[in-house]
Amino acid sequence: MADAKAAGTETTRRGALAWLLGAWGLFGGACAVGAGAMGRFLFPNVSFDPPQTFKAGYTSDFEVGKVDERFKAKYGVWIVRNDEEIYVLSTTCTHLGCQPNYLEAEAKIKCPCHGSGFKPTGINFEGPAPRPLERFRIVLAEDGQILVDKTKKFQYELGQWDQPEAFLKV
Amino acid sequence: MPKPLKELLDPRQAAESVASTQVWKSIFRHGYPDSPRNRALTMISNVFLHLHPIRMKKHGLRLRYTWCMGGLTFFLFLIETITGLLLMFYYRPTPEYAHYDMQYLREDVPVGITREIHRWAAHAMVITVWLHMFRVFLTGSYKPPREFNWGIGVFLLVFTLLLSFTGYLLPWDQLAIWAITVGSNMARATPFLGHEGPGASLLKIGDLNLVHAGDDAKFGLLGGRFVGAPALLRFYVLHCVGFPLLLATLIAVHFWRVRRDGGISGPA
Ligand code: HEM
Ligand code: FES
Repeated sequence: MADAKAAGTETTRRGALAWLLGAWGLFGGACAVGAGAMGRFLFPNVSFDPPQTFKAGYTSDFEVGKVDERFKAKYGVWIVRNDEEIYVLSTTCTHLGCQPNYLEAEAKIKCPCHGSGFKPTGINFEGPAPRPLERFRIVLAEDGQILVDKTKKFQYELGQWDQPEAFLKV
Repeated sequence: MPKPLKELLDPRQAAESVASTQVWKSIFRHGYPDSPRNRALTMISNVFLHLHPIRMKKHGLRLRYTWCMGGLTFFLFLIETITGLLLMFYYRPTPEYAHYDMQYLREDVPVGITREIHRWAAHAMVITVWLHMFRVFLTGSYKPPREFNWGIGVFLLVFTLLLSFTGYLLPWDQLAIWAITVGSNMARATPFLGHEGPGASLLKIGDLNLVHAGDDAKFGLLGGRFVGAPALLRFYVLHCVGFPLLLATLIAVHFWRVRRDGGISGPA
């Protein structure tokens, strides 16, 4: 004991505690980094989802009074043109998120999951859906094509359908 | 000296000569379970049997008390494990193949009923796990000292349901895809972690949302913004490896605790 003291290698209670704390701290830290890495592993840098923004052609490609279904399968939107404007309607049901069908003969959008019905404007009128379908941002790109941007949405019940870029005047 | 034929044909003596071989003795480290000592050794020296108590109270065996619902749930879990393993020899978890492999299993694989058994047993397991919980509630067996095992049980219930949920996607038909769409939409509403959940809108730097449809809990679950190929693969891995391993581990803890908490509870 005396030798250890003389050599300065004696283990004190305080020293042992500090050492333990440091070791456990290091171990805990390493575990936390490992857990974080495992979480990050589940979020790839490249997603194979279709892009959130895309060009949909020229305004003249869209017939007045028609619900255009060409972009439904890939991008999950209907592009609708009426007498004054073109707007982009989300194909995600506002009930629980299924994809409704547009029934041209009845001019209505009908969800197969629990029967919600929407007008081509997106307004809900039957079934459990609590609010109208959402619309997405629509602008003209520099080359004159329609640019649809799904990262920004406009909700009727928040009074957002009148905002600029919620529709395209034609 | 060869044994006389008469001796070999006598079942009792034949059994004894088998039981005295080195092979037999290396497997069974005890004599016939006809004495209390040998009965105890039988239970202790076998890894499967040792989950059971050496002695148990009579009421614990009464069907009217336990309904054997926990036991039935375990039995169904074993059926799921075996039939599930068999299905894995045919099923490929990609959109190109998944649904056709289902049809192949149904039409062209001998004893294709394996798939139906897997499905029925899954439904049955959900029913029996609820009934087991109901029984435990009715007999008041959640009370101390068994409250911890009730807690383990809640996780067993959750993982049983999650197994059903992840398995639901694998047939890759319209029902599967939209059911999982609807179900996984709940993850959007996770507090802070789902992009439509409470608190998520607070997590932003300037105009930049930190939690959005491209990085929230639902995205992590599906590997994408909607149910597609990555979701099928993720659900497959969770269904075939992740949840079964978790469930098996917790079942072991559950059984262990049934014994450590004093065996099956008694009638009040
Ligand atoms: C995978 C699911 C489960 C399996 C395989 C399982 C299995 C078992 C088995 C074999 C027993 C012995 C008695 C009997 O068969 O009833 C038991 C007892 C028990 N289980 Fe479970 N169980 C499961 C889920 C649950 C759930 C969901 C709960 C409640 C939340 C629960 C709570 C209990 C309790 C408290 C006991 C002790 C009962 C007593 O002593 O009378 N278990 N379990
Ligand atoms: S998801 Fe469309 S009606 Fe329920």
